[in-house]
Amino acid sequence: MNFKSGHLLGLEYVDREDIEVILKTARTFREILERPIKKVPTLQGKTVVNLFYEPSTRTRISFELAEKRLSADSVNFTTAMSSVQKGETLLDTARNIAAMKIDMVVIRHRSPGAPHFLAQNLDANIINAGDGAHEHPTQALLDMMTILDNHKKIENLKVGIIGDIAHSRVAISNIHGLLKLGARVIVCGPATLIPREIEKLGVEVTYNIDEVIKVVDVLNILRIQLERQDAGLFPNLREYHNYFGITRERLEKASKPITIMHPGPINRGVELSSDVADSEHSVILDQVTNGVAVRMAVLYLLAGGENVTV
Amino acid sequence: MEFRTKAKLITSEDLRRIITRLAHEIIEKNRGIKDLVIIGIHTRGAYLATRISKKISEIEDDEIPTGYLDATLYRDDFRKRLKQPEVQVTNISFQIDEKNVVLVDDVLFTGRTVRAALDALMDFGRPTRISLAVLVDRGHRELPIKPDFVGKNIPTSIGEEVRVKLKEVDDEDSVYLVEQVGGSIT
Repeated sequence: MNFKSGHLLGLEYVDREDIEVILKTARTFREILERPIKKVPTLQGKTVVNLFYEPSTRTRISFELAEKRLSADSVNFTTAMSSVQKGETLLDTARNIAAMKIDMVVIRHRSPGAPHFLAQNLDANIINAGDGAHEHPTQALLDMMTILDNHKKIENLKVGIIGDIAHSRVAISNIHGLLKLGARVIVCGPATLIPREIEKLGVEVTYNIDEVIKVVDVLNILRIQLERQDAGLFPNLREYHNYFGITRERLEKASKPITIMHPGPINRGVELSSDVADSEHSVILDQVTNGVAVRMAVLYLLAGGENVTV
Repeated sequence: MEFRTKAKLITSEDLRRIITRLAHEIIEKNRGIKDLVIIGIHTRGAYLATRISKKISEIEDDEIPTGYLDATLYRDDFRKRLKQPEVQVTNISFQIDEKNVVLVDDVLFTGRTVRAALDALMDFGRPTRISLAVLVDRGHRELPIKPDFVGKNIPTSIGEEVRVKLKEVDDEDSVYLVEQVGGSIT
């Protein structure tokens, strides 16, 4: 059981049973968000540091809210206003923070493996909030929770992940999680943005978005990072939209309503059109609500008990 | 840890009568069902709450609001546990302000669950009064908490445990006294 390690580094290392426990716990936590007093004393006395080496609004606020709802003390660290600007290494920063006696670290870093590095070097629970193009486990968990809200189970569901697969930690975490729960995953995007041999993870690959729409129950549409265009990976945004953008016309060809998801922030008119983003089948804002509940569940499950290594 | 069954303390017939008596006592003490609400503590307290509530509705010919509470997140032994207990959904779909709340649990032991449940309830509002109904009081209180309605007092030793089984989850209605076999460290 991965909780025993005291860390959430990626869904690759979490087994199906533990994923199901997290999702079930998250559902109970969502009820707290509806109460008049949206706070429980569970993590009183625990200190969490949010270590964000990359810009983030949604994820950071979501983690911060989750920590506050559980009564943990939280401290935010963003690189713009810190000693990283003065040349301090990750390990030194971490050691200094540890010297201040903290219990958990939520880290986002541009380098894959940064959370693993902290896990090996710090005596604290580490939660990966995104490491380079590697994993973003809490995003995939909240995606799965949202899928479960709209479809009773994930087993045998067909999920399309669309867009920049190569640079997406959201895609990788979703692939690991969804496959473990028995879904069929189809990835689709420009050939330049799909990693070679990704089939080996167990997904299907296609370059034709209309074929995907014909068969899937859920579309998880990734953000096109505008800087990828400068790297010459696709000609321009309009062409991307013409070939891979999700539009109402395209969705009308589907045999059943498709649940529309997006990790945000959305580029309206690029990876999906405005009317799709705001349509009745779009659950993009439910994903945000579930994000807080899922992060509460992860904090709760990791913080419990002594750090036993059995 | 292994356990040996020492005695069956309550049969399904007994349980039915106890529920009926508790329902009557609650109505009597409250002088009717005005402002009365019942809240059960997960897991088995919730089922008992449903049964008591049903019985009261039968007697008074009127529904009373019934809710369910999970007190896990308010417990004080959070840091001592090796594995996190499963949290269940709290469902209190009515206001508890100015109400007479009857909190229901299966076994009253140290009193720590009730303490946690009281804290949890306070986050939902400010009831006029909270009273406590339990199926079994087995003693060994560690906090100044006393039940208002008791199904059965069962004095126990610390090595013993009281196991409540309810049809909703266990296929039978009964209460057993069990004892730990051998030491816990072997």
